[in-house]
Amino acid sequence: MKERILIYMSILGGVAVIFIALPIINVFASVGIDGIIEAMKDKNAINAIIVSFEAAFFATLLSLIFGVPLAYILARKDFPGKSLIESIIDLPVIIPHTVAGIALLMIFGSNGLIGAPLEEFGVKIVDSMLGITIAMMFVSMPFLINYAREGFEAVDPRLEYIAMSLGATKTKAIFSITLPLSIRSIFVGSLMTWARAISEFGAVVVIAYFPLTAPSYIYSQYLQYGLKKSAPIAAFLLFICIVIFISLRIASTRWKRYDKD
Amino acid sequence: MIKIKNITKKWKNFALSNINLEVEKGEYFVVLGPTGAGKTLLLELIAGFHYPDKGKIFINGKDVTYLPPSQREIGFVYQDYMLFPHMNVKDNIAFGLRMKGLKEEEIEERINLLAETCKIKGILNRYPQSLSGGEKQRVALARALAVKPKILLLDEPLSALDAVMRTKIRREIKDLHEKEGLTVIHVTHSREDAMLLADRIAILNEGKILQVGKPEEIFRKPADKFVAEFVGVENIFQGKAERKGDITYFYSNGLKLISSMNVKDAKYASIRPEDIIISLNEIKSSARNCIKGKVETIIDMGSLIRVEVNCGKNFVVHITRESFNELEIEIGKEVYLIFKAQNVNLFR
Repeated sequence: MKERILIYMSILGGVAVIFIALPIINVFASVGIDGIIEAMKDKNAINAIIVSFEAAFFATLLSLIFGVPLAYILARKDFPGKSLIESIIDLPVIIPHTVAGIALLMIFGSNGLIGAPLEEFGVKIVDSMLGITIAMMFVSMPFLINYAREGFEAVDPRLEYIAMSLGATKTKAIFSITLPLSIRSIFVGSLMTWARAISEFGAVVVIAYFPLTAPSYIYSQYLQYGLKKSAPIAAFLLFICIVIFISLRIASTRWKRYDKD
Repeated sequence: MIKIKNITKKWKNFALSNINLEVEKGEYFVVLGPTGAGKTLLLELIAGFHYPDKGKIFINGKDVTYLPPSQREIGFVYQDYMLFPHMNVKDNIAFGLRMKGLKEEEIEERINLLAETCKIKGILNRYPQSLSGGEKQRVALARALAVKPKILLLDEPLSALDAVMRTKIRREIKDLHEKEGLTVIHVTHSREDAMLLADRIAILNEGKILQVGKPEEIFRKPADKFVAEFVGVENIFQGKAERKGDITYFYSNGLKLISSMNVKDAKYASIRPEDIIISLNEIKSSARNCIKGKVETIIDMGSLIRVEVNCGKNFVVHITRESFNELEIEIGKEVYLIFKAQNVNLFR
């Protein structure tokens, strides 16, 4: 590297990497393995983690069902109002998550536009798994839609045309050509969505403080007992998330990339 | 076989306006035009990948304008092949057969036959990423032919190949066309491909059909200035025509040409370089043009010599090496250019 600018860039970039990595490594370093094992014995912590994972799983599943078709339309079609829809999709990423929580509460709460009639049928959203799932889905779905859209955009529409000229219907062409070729993007998008859902705190506490999710439990422990009690649980959650995230990412690389023919 | 009636379509940066074409059964029809003329769009409309804004498309008398591609019995090959990257060669070819619901044994049989015809036997288990351009082209053709289409639509199928492979695949496509009795519509910007393959040619520019005809008509008697220039006519002169009896006199900046063609309000005259003879003596004849000039440049093109002669305007003449040597042509020499009245093409 003879160019000076690259050296400066490396130094600045190094600061960025340390800034992200140091706090995470420090959690493990100060808690230690004993601390994590201790946290694993806390039944409430385990329950909270299960709640988080379960709700995040359903949030991802629902995002897949509603997000992937939308992503396809956005990737393939031009229509009036398209950029408006794209902006709407990105909104959850930019608004403060407590604000998102309040907004969700106002519509899904007992007196809300959707919450009130649902309650008539005995479906409770506030302080329920459903509420947590909705809050997670709201803040994480943009990731899935955007990843899936990029995946679809990378597949030449002419591949679908050719499939149709060979006798495939549009549906068959999508399922046999476009979907297999963009599955990796959809998978990575799902992973990001799931990870984002797990990490959500602000929107979740507003609409459903109970059942406690892992972030809510860690926060309540912090408020009651301080760092000493909350840090080991935090380290435990961090550990699980990192293991799952890394193993799924490795699994996804087994899918071939076709965007460079 | 295929009838295109008043097709108009705007799509992205391309537009087609009021296209009318008819292609006969078993014909090799080439649509020739420069980049951006709308050639691919026209082909995609015939295939049903897009629907026209206006107009109708008929195949065998049946209105297919809004029929999905899967029901049109067409085969399509793109310039960049569009092989399915997640399938090996065999599965690429089998795709259409599976869509038709054929049994695996039948599919196997058909693939083996096609592999023979298209010379891809050795690569059936390879993936598209590992194939050369020529191999990809053969696979794309085999895949299109697998479903026994009535019409084969080719979008610049040769332009991504090197010269040697190009000649080879061109020959193979022509053979396939003849053997299988296919109706082919081939779009290209290559004059060479058009001349060597086409039964008939349509010239497309800026979304409009300018001329349709047999190759010799298009190349010898272009109907307008764009066509003339596009098909490589070199001696084009602008001027005025005047009809007297059986002969048209064409005046261009002091030049007087005679033509046997009768084109009303002709603005241009063209003469192909190979239709001109160089002579050292003046030859007077009513059916011939004889113009005096001076040799200006000489370019050796291998089998032919290109001579530019200034007769007030520059004429390009192609002569054989033999006559070049015989006439002892050199720069500055005074010569006479002789060409028949019937070879002076007039157009507007």
